[in-house]
Amino acid sequence: MLEIRNLHASINHQEILKGIDLTVGVGEIHAIMGPNGSGKSTLAQVLARRETYEVTQGEVQFNGKDLLAMKAEEAACEGLFMAFQYPIEVAGISNAYFLRAALNAQRKYRGEEELDAIDFLPVLREKMRLLGMEERFQSRSVNEGFSGGEKKRNEIVQMAVLEPKLAILDETDSGLDIDALKVVAAGVNAMRSPDRAIVLVTHYQRLLDYIVPDFVHVLANGRMIRSGGPELALELENKGYGWIEPVTTGAL
Amino acid sequence: MAAVTQVAELGSYVEAFRELEQRTIRQPDWLRSMRRDAFARFCDAGFPTTKDEDWRFTNVAAIARGSFAAAAAGNSRLTMEELQPFRIPGAACRLVFVNGHFEPELSDKASCPPAVEAGSLAGALARNPETLNPHLGRYLNTQRDSFCCLNTAFLEDGAYVRIAKGTVVEAPLHLLFVFIGAGEPLMAHPRNLLIAEPDTQVDIVEEHVSLAEGIFFSNVVTELVAQENAVLSHHMIERENREAFHVSTLRIQAARNANVRSHSVLTGGALVRNNIHPVLSGEGAECLINGLFIGDGHQHMDNYMLLEHASPHCSSRQFYNGILDGEAHGVFHGRIIVHKDAQKTDAKQTNRNLLLSDSAQIDTKPQLEIYADDVKCTHGATIGQIDEEALFYLRTRGLKEGSARQLLLFAFAGECLERIAPGAARTYIERIIHQSLPSRVRPFSGGGLEMDRHWEEVG
Ligand SMILES: Nc1ncnc2c1ncn2[C@@H]1O[C@H](COP(=O)(O)OP(=O)(O)OP(=O)(O)O)[C@@H](O)[C@H]1O
Ligand SMILES: [Mg+2]
Repeated sequence: MLEIRNLHASINHQEILKGIDLTVGVGEIHAIMGPNGSGKSTLAQVLARRETYEVTQGEVQFNGKDLLAMKAEEAACEGLFMAFQYPIEVAGISNAYFLRAALNAQRKYRGEEELDAIDFLPVLREKMRLLGMEERFQSRSVNEGFSGGEKKRNEIVQMAVLEPKLAILDETDSGLDIDALKVVAAGVNAMRSPDRAIVLVTHYQRLLDYIVPDFVHVLANGRMIRSGGPELALELENKGYGWIEPVTTGAL
Repeated sequence: MAAVTQVAELGSYVEAFRELEQRTIRQPDWLRSMRRDAFARFCDAGFPTTKDEDWRFTNVAAIARGSFAAAAAGNSRLTMEELQPFRIPGAACRLVFVNGHFEPELSDKASCPPAVEAGSLAGALARNPETLNPHLGRYLNTQRDSFCCLNTAFLEDGAYVRIAKGTVVEAPLHLLFVFIGAGEPLMAHPRNLLIAEPDTQVDIVEEHVSLAEGIFFSNVVTELVAQENAVLSHHMIERENREAFHVSTLRIQAARNANVRSHSVLTGGALVRNNIHPVLSGEGAECLINGLFIGDGHQHMDNYMLLEHASPHCSSRQFYNGILDGEAHGVFHGRIIVHKDAQKTDAKQTNRNLLLSDSAQIDTKPQLEIYADDVKCTHGATIGQIDEEALFYLRTRGLKEGSARQLLLFAFAGECLERIAPGAARTYIERIIHQSLPSRVRPFSGGGLEMDRHWEEVG
């Protein structure tokens, strides 16, 4: 599904990603953990094709296609979804209008028929109900004035409606209380499927209690310094990152 | 009239004015002397220059230098088909003015309620000038503005609308001013008098369009009288051709408990100056001034608003949104005067601008003059570019860059649309906005930050 080889990326000539390798197979769930500022969001944004990050080396295959040659909208239409760590507020565009426009853009790209509001609204309502969002949110401007938790849930609603092949969730669990966390986790679990892959970026083992990953990776200082199974996350929870950091220094 | 002959560059106006005087020799004295006084004042003052504080950002030299022939009446060769695109479905009436003159053949008053008098000012002046005397020219300030003098000097035709006491008009009244070319540069000075008697409710759409290439100078004045407890919306749409000079002044007089909403949408013209001058003269009057201007190329769009709070307990809201592309130049000059007795005034002014290119420019100048002590006044202005973060966000969900950009622009313009009450007029305006939003995708070197402008506060 996703193959990242030796990915280097920089912003303002400062290298943030320093050679990332990662393979995500279809049906798998991966968790990426790591200290603040290690480059997790940068990786997510590069994959979502944010042009402000310059890719200086490496390649990324997404379903056999060259992801780095795609624009953000093409990557989305090819089935990549990234839930933002800090979802953007878009004034003056209603949630429902935006999401239908997005879904239709993707359907058009795939040669499918577009949905009118009558067909679309029940789908949206169903997903919103699943994420515990009241109906009034559909007519509110995208994320505008939403609380932190509401924004995160709104990201998952978008994911649920767009049904991507690969979802990258950047700290969707941060700042959620335990009830909201359970709701979000249930929303993500409902999306689990043998032909979909999910990458969770998180700081907390807590999320992984509800969404059990197949693989856990540790990103530090722009490099993947450790990979393992779910037990790695528990170890990190108990010991912190300190015990693996010498490896990073050694590799420098 | 010594002053008149001394001013060489006003020569063509002198000739046209003499002709008009001959033509209107039978009209009442008060009207003729009002014209003469205004013309004398215009000749004294001449056209404003950028040294004039109110015209600092707008150079009207192109108008002052130009020579414009007064468009003659009654030679319209327009057909109904050509006017088809300018039809508001369900409108109560459509009054059509061609080159400034009323065209009864092209107008439609079939569904106009009997309590609504809607027709030409020229007609009303011919039939019954004395009913107009208490209002016509009684509100407009010709001391401040040469263009208002010029309009009054050439006051001859325009729309006259009077809504009888207690009447609620559900459908909008459409005043359509059409320019058709004549080979040489033309001018027209339409004068509208709109009177909403007590306890009335009405929506008026005043639209200016061109159906030809060519240079045209429209200098419009609308006196809008909202009597006690009248609820009135005025929608001004300016979408003339890219060679047009357009100066208009909307003078609003709001009596006790009147509620006036003025919406203006500017998309056309080479040089546009839109003056809005509301005076809240009665206690409890309320007004909303809502403006949208969308320019590109070399368009110059100047929004000048002078709002006077003259009575206690009045509230006003002013919102102006500008979208400028290419080398367009926008101006927002918003002046609020709170007079000494206007206690408990509540005034709020916001001007937001989007610059879509490096060479687009906006000058924004809010001004508060407060002579009362118990008031609440706020103002703010922002100048920014398209929010690149939002653009990226929309694109990551699958929207093409062009559509994402247009969606953001529409959302921005939509802030103005939202302030118009739903109905036929809003639907009509929404379509016009859609048509005029730029949809091109173009790299832009500017940053994505919204910044605050500094202010000038007076009083
Ligand atoms: N626009 C930018 N300009 C300059 N530096 C940036 C920019 N964006 C990110 N960085 C830097 O890149 C590094 C990685 O940031 P990134 O947001 O990817 O970290 P992260 O692992 O997601 O951290 P967190 O856990 O706090 O979310 C940080 O040092 C950050 O300061
Ligand atoms: Mg991050």
